Parts: sequence; C-alpha cells; structure tokens
Amino acid sequence: MADLRNNFVGIKSPNPFWLASAPPTDKAYNVERAFKAGWGGVVWKTLGEEGPPVVNVNGPRYGAIWGADRRLLGLNNIELITDRDLYVNLREMKQVKMNWPDRALIASIMVPCEEEAWKAILPLVEETGADGIELNFGCPHGMSERGMGAAVGQVPEYIEMVVRWCKQYTRMPVITKLTPNITDVRKPARAAKAGGTDAVSLINTINSIVSVDLDNFAPNPTVGGKGTHGGYCGPAVKPIALNMVAEIARDPETYGLPISGIGGITTWRDAAEFLVLGAGNVQVCTAAMTYGFKIVQEMISGLSDWMDAKGHRNLDDITGRAVQNVTDWQYLNLNYIAKAKIDQDSCIKCGRCHIACEDTSHQAITQFVNGVRHFEVMEDECVGCNLCVNVCPVENCITMEELPAGSMDQRTGKPVDPNYANWTTHPNNPMARQAAE
Amino acid sequence: MGTTQSGILGGRLPLADYETNFSDLHPALDRHEALVASDRCYFCHDAPCMTACPTSIDIPLFIRQISTGNPIGSAKTIFDQNILGGMCARVCPTETLCEQACVRNTAEERPVEIGRLQRYATDIAMKENKQFYARAASSGQRVAVVGAGPAGLACAHRLAIKGHEVVIYDAREKSGGLNEYGIAAYKSVDDFAQSEVDYVLSIGGIEVRHGQALGRDFSLADLSEQYDAVFLGLGLAGVNALRIEGENAEGVDDAVDFIAALRQSKTKADIAVGRRIVVLGGGMTAIDAAVQAKLLGAEEVTICYRRGKEHMNASEFEQDLAASKGVTIRHWLQPKRIALKDDKVAGIELEYTTLVDGKLTATGETGIIAADQIFKAIGQTFEASGLGSLAFEGGRIVVDAEGKTSLANVWAGGDCVVGGEDLTVSAVANGRDAAEAINRAFAAAMPQASAVA
Repeated sequence: MADLRNNFVGIKSPNPFWLASAPPTDKAYNVERAFKAGWGGVVWKTLGEEGPPVVNVNGPRYGAIWGADRRLLGLNNIELITDRDLYVNLREMKQVKMNWPDRALIASIMVPCEEEAWKAILPLVEETGADGIELNFGCPHGMSERGMGAAVGQVPEYIEMVVRWCKQYTRMPVITKLTPNITDVRKPARAAKAGGTDAVSLINTINSIVSVDLDNFAPNPTVGGKGTHGGYCGPAVKPIALNMVAEIARDPETYGLPISGIGGITTWRDAAEFLVLGAGNVQVCTAAMTYGFKIVQEMISGLSDWMDAKGHRNLDDITGRAVQNVTDWQYLNLNYIAKAKIDQDSCIKCGRCHIACEDTSHQAITQFVNGVRHFEVMEDECVGCNLCVNVCPVENCITMEELPAGSMDQRTGKPVDPNYANWTTHPNNPMARQAAE
Repeated sequence: MGTTQSGILGGRLPLADYETNFSDLHPALDRHEALVASDRCYFCHDAPCMTACPTSIDIPLFIRQISTGNPIGSAKTIFDQNILGGMCARVCPTETLCEQACVRNTAEERPVEIGRLQRYATDIAMKENKQFYARAASSGQRVAVVGAGPAGLACAHRLAIKGHEVVIYDAREKSGGLNEYGIAAYKSVDDFAQSEVDYVLSIGGIEVRHGQALGRDFSLADLSEQYDAVFLGLGLAGVNALRIEGENAEGVDDAVDFIAALRQSKTKADIAVGRRIVVLGGGMTAIDAAVQAKLLGAEEVTICYRRGKEHMNASEFEQDLAASKGVTIRHWLQPKRIALKDDKVAGIELEYTTLVDGKLTATGETGIIAADQIFKAIGQTFEASGLGSLAFEGGRIVVDAEGKTSLANVWAGGDCVVGGEDLTVSAVANGRDAAEAINRAFAAAMPQASAVA
C-alpha cells in the first residue's frame, strides 16, 4: 500500500486531499462530516475582521455549465467570505481541531490591506490551534471591490507586504492563495516568496459570466434582475490551473516553493496530475459540492492503487515528477513525427474523425474505401495533429503512433531524422542560433 | 373477474384491464428523459441512421436540436422530410431501420432512442399546433390522390406546399389508411392517427372525399380527365386465402379485420375473441393480431409460421414483444385443415415443413392445435379495379424511380406499387417524392417565360 501521508510545509495530514476554503468548510457541522468521510484536511472558509460580518445575497449564488447528461463541468459563484461572526468560527475551529488532531486545519483569512488588521486577527487564529493560515488574495468578486481578495492578489507589491506582516506576527506556516485573474502568475508567486511565504496555493476562481438568461437578458445567477461576474471553478478550469501550477513549479525564481494545487480536481487522476506537476498536496471544492464528501474515498483509493501499480511508495516519489518535461514550445523536437492510426476493430464508424479532419484540418481521413464506409488515416496527408483522437467517442480507438527514426514520412517524402532538433536552430527561424559544430 | 370460457366472446376481462392492456406501448419521453436520451447521440457525419431512414430525416440534427432545448426546430427538421413523422415515430420498426444503424450499437449494443426522440419533438410541435408550412400561391393545377393513407397524405401535403389543389378520394369513412385501420391499438393511442390527419390537412388546399372507391364510384380514366395529375396511393384490400378445408367456417377470420375493428373500438371490451387462438403468418400483422388477442383475454395464443424464425417478416423486437405478452410462436408449421365441431372452428391441423434444396417442403408429419378462433395473416394482395390499362407486375403497379406509372400524368406509391415495402415510412417517402416529381412535371410543361427587354 502506497503511503499517502502528507507533510505540507510541516502541516501533517493522513492524505493529500484537503477541502479548499469555500462553502463546504464554513462551519463545524460540515467540516466534521468531511473528516468523517476521510478528507485529510480543510481550509476553513475565509475569516474576515472582527465586527459585523459580511452579508451574502439571498438569491442564487451559483451558476453552472453542463456537459452530456447534465454533468456539471463548471460552476460559478458570487458568495463572499464567511458571513458568520468571527468568534463563532474561531470557537468551532478550536473544537474541531481538538476532535480531529490528525487532520490539517488551516484558516483562510482576508482582512483589509492594513498592518493593524492582520496583526489583530493572527493571534486569535493562532489560539484555535489551527495548523496554518492561507491568505485569500484570490476572491474575484465582491471582496475585490472593497480592496481585498483579488484586488491584493493582482498587485505583487501588496502580496509581498502582507505576507511579510503575516510572517512577522505569527509562527503558523503561511500559504498564499493566488488569483488566476492576472497575466503572468509567476509575478505574484515571486512576490509571495519574496515576502517569505511558506507556500502558495492556486488557483482561486476565475472571473466569469457563466451564462446569460436569454428571457430576461441578465447574467446568471440573476439576483433581482441583475447579475455580476463570479468566480469560475470546477472541471472546466483544471487545464488553466495545471498550467499555472507548472509555470510556478518550473520558474527558476520560485523553483522548490511548495504549492498546494487547486482547480477543478474531481478524480484521483486530476489530483495525481497536479502532484506530478509540482503540487505538494491538493485542495478540492466543486467536486465535493457536486457529489458530496464521499468522493474523497474514490480519490484516496484511486491515487493509492495507481501508485501501487506504478511502484511509487509515497507522495515524494511523485511530486514534481513531470515538471522537467514541461518546456517552452521552442524546445519541442521538430523531428518527432507521429501519425494517427484508427483501430478498425474498435471503430464504430461515426465519422466524426473524418468530418473534423475534412472540414477543419488536413483532409487526411477517408470516409469511403472502395465504396464502403471506412475511416482510415492517409499518412501522406496526416500532420499528426491529434484532433481525430480528441473527437473520437471511443477511447483508444484512434492512437498517435510515433514513426521510428529512419522510416519514411509519406507526407514529406523524407525519412525520419533520428536527431533532436528544435525551432531555435530551424532554418526557417530568422532568429535561429547556429547549432554548435 | 374475467372469463376463460370457450367460444368467441367479448368482455373477457374486467373493464379496467382493457385500459391498462391497450395503453401506450412506449410512453412518451418527458423533457428530462429526452435530454438524457439526446445526449447519447454522437452527431455522426453522414450518419448511418439517416441513410437507413426511408425518408432520410436528418436524425443527428433533430436530436441535437432536442438536446439544445429546441424541440420545435427539431420537429421542423423531421417534418421537412416526413410530414407523418409523428406516426412513424410510433410505428416504424426502428430496430431494423435507424436504430439498427446507430453506431452506438457497435460499442454498446444500445442505440440512441431515435424513435422515441422523434415522437418527443413531433408531439410538442403538434400539441402546440405549430404549422411550419404555408401554401404557395395557387398554381391552378389540380391533382387527384387516391387513398388517404400515408402515401396519399404525404403526397397531398407536399403538393399543397407547392400551391397545387388536391382532392383525395378514399373508400373508407376516415382518413389515415393503415395508420387508422391497420396498426395495433397500443401503438397509436388517443386517436393520434386522426389528430395527425388534421394536422397534415390544416395546410389547406386539400379536400378529402370519403366513401369514394376506385372502380366503384370512379375510374382512373375519370380522374385523368378531370385533373392535371393523379397519384395512386392505394392500400392492399385483398387477403391471401389459406386454400384449405374449413376455411370458410365460423371462427376463421382475417387478422386485418380484427385489427381494424380494435382500432375503431373505444373500450375494446366489445371486441370478441376466442379462448384458444391460432394466428397463421409471420409478419407484423400476425404479431399485432396475436398480441392484441392476448391482451383481450384469450387464454392461449399461438402463432404458426411455415418457415423458421429467421424468415419471419416481423422484427426481432416484435417477436419478443409477442413472447413477453404470452404469445407462443411456433415455426415450420403450415396449415393443412381446419377442424370443425358443429360447423365452428375446433382446432387446426398443421403439417411440419422443412427446406429441401432451398424449397419449402411438407414432411408429412402432422398435429392438431385446439382452437376456437383462427386468424389468417398470411399476406395481403392489391385488389383494385378501374385502373384501365395501367401496367402491373406481380399484381402491383409498375413505377419508375420517381413513382411515375406507365400512364401519362399518373404516379403511384406505397403498398400498391412494385417493391412496396409494407412500411408507413416508405409509403410517406413514395408519396412525397411523387409530389416532387409531379411538381417538376408541371414546371416542365409550363411555357418558358420570355425575358422582358
């Protein structure tokens, strides 16, 4: 059995699956249920400063997009940070941590960008026995209008400043949660590191209008006839999150900075992908909000079984393993040649590969052979783009087969060059650097 | 309590059972079910289902329209090709047409429910009485259509779209042809056939004259004289005879009459049926009669077919349906003699058959099945008079690819033509295509417009 125990910046949890700071972690009742279901840790829903709590809208707070069979693909929300009294939250956090000493309990915090505000709240949080804090610099809606959340996360100087305060006023590990609503995620990550953060977590939700009510001409969710942009999350955002995690993981300036991966994690496989791209653990929200807390059981067993099958003993064996294989386009091997191949036994003859290739790509797949409906790749036209693989409804029916070095590429009429060669030295590149003799 | 008393009786069941037994075979999909079912369509390119449909409905498109919340647009996609898409959704043997071709079969042996989805979309449009077609300005051309069945209605509707004036002649009291008289009651509940006729005719420009039989009340020559074109969409009025002893005894009935009577009965309780029944035949008519006899409370219903299971015209689905209702299907048995008692049917003697060098041959071994009613469902014939010198082949009207007969300005389609497939959907395709051909012929005959300088 693979060892799934997680040690993230000194915070220990029995597995790397934490619930992200969000509605599922707003109170003891939910968190107790999450721990009973098996979650390794929770990041408590973001605490605000002392005083009257924020208020939320009392109409719809979520919108969604769906795939086939109404499978939820993306969720958008306009809920703010916790709307419960600070002391109620703190009291419950303390009790939960006492009840579940082996689980990680992190406090997410968002207070005004003033030193006094942070200095005031940190001791209160520390007193609960929480294992660490997460700075919410990501919330893209509502709070950002008040100079908090993403409004801070979009200014690297503010990030660095606030992280510095936190490191100064608490002994707890500091995790800085980053917003994806920026151009280059490496900048805020570098700032957090410069401020002394112990880790970053990302991504927070993405600015979005998830859909529009066409009867009333208003964005969804519509509150009394109007809507606002919300934070987008769920399976649809995973690719964006993976890229941002990888960007930080491979940036020389932040290399080695612990990352808590967040963004659309729905299955063990998603989690594993974050881990190998450099995340030390993962945080989940939408999947739990869609299916309930029990999904963690699938995640735990799936990750464990995969690790066993591959001979990975513990999380250290896999964390960051794919980072070295994330590179810039210019370094991809232009002499690598692959062709699509259709397995005729598993082909159901839907014709989707043909029409995708014919209408939108390279006219490299037949529709008829000798007058019979038959889909076959014409190697002399196939550029190996992989579109057919992606549109085929049957998994593994179409595969990309590498042409071995020396074999003939029928499209170019040239044999496959065994040597690695990329754009930087390509003759068509006006900036080409002469390869070393 | 019902009764299993011998003899041919009505009211074998408690009244409530009739309602249950003759309710919709495939209940309509609700919106959620339709969305789930439509999500399974892959939107195939040059889709095999569409090729398999005799009317070439753009199935991937209409299913995508359902899945995107546009059932009205979906219905138009269907009606563009098949104005009787509502009935076809109910009666088409989809398991041997579109759904057999569905690529989902290859991977999962479970096709997209094309028929039920088609019904979902067409039901919505018809319930809202959404009319998609308007008559073109009157062309001044008049067309006679003989037979208000699927072929005739489809032809008339398409002709009306083109602005031609249509008069339909039908021998029966109601329009619809086999849709009204020849389909099992549980496939067309709530008087759907008549609603559909009303929907089709509401385009206007189509007059239906009932009780007008070709050969009795008028001849083809009369029509050719009075109209600019004629479309013959007649059904098969004759029934093949058994040609065995006892055939004319009381209790030997035509399955088609039984089916028609059931359709015209409101309660079904008034339809008399035997206690033990033998149905002779292997097609849809045999199944429809056998299943409905069982549903009326017959104790024992046996279909006897003179060839093997693989030769039956009834689809696998229909055979399974019969079995699920308690009908026994026996193969390789041909009728030899009706056994009588007091001049009434008491049983049937059957002889085993086999294939010898590909030829059906009686083996000489016989047996008797006790029965108080025998249904003949061994095929129908085209019986018509008043057609003059129209060319026939094998008892059916000869037509070319677009439905044109041997006579000038006379087209034909549906069951009455050579190659007629005994399918509602094929009849619709024939009628529609003949209307297009008639329209083209009219256009070709028009004097060429000369350019105005």
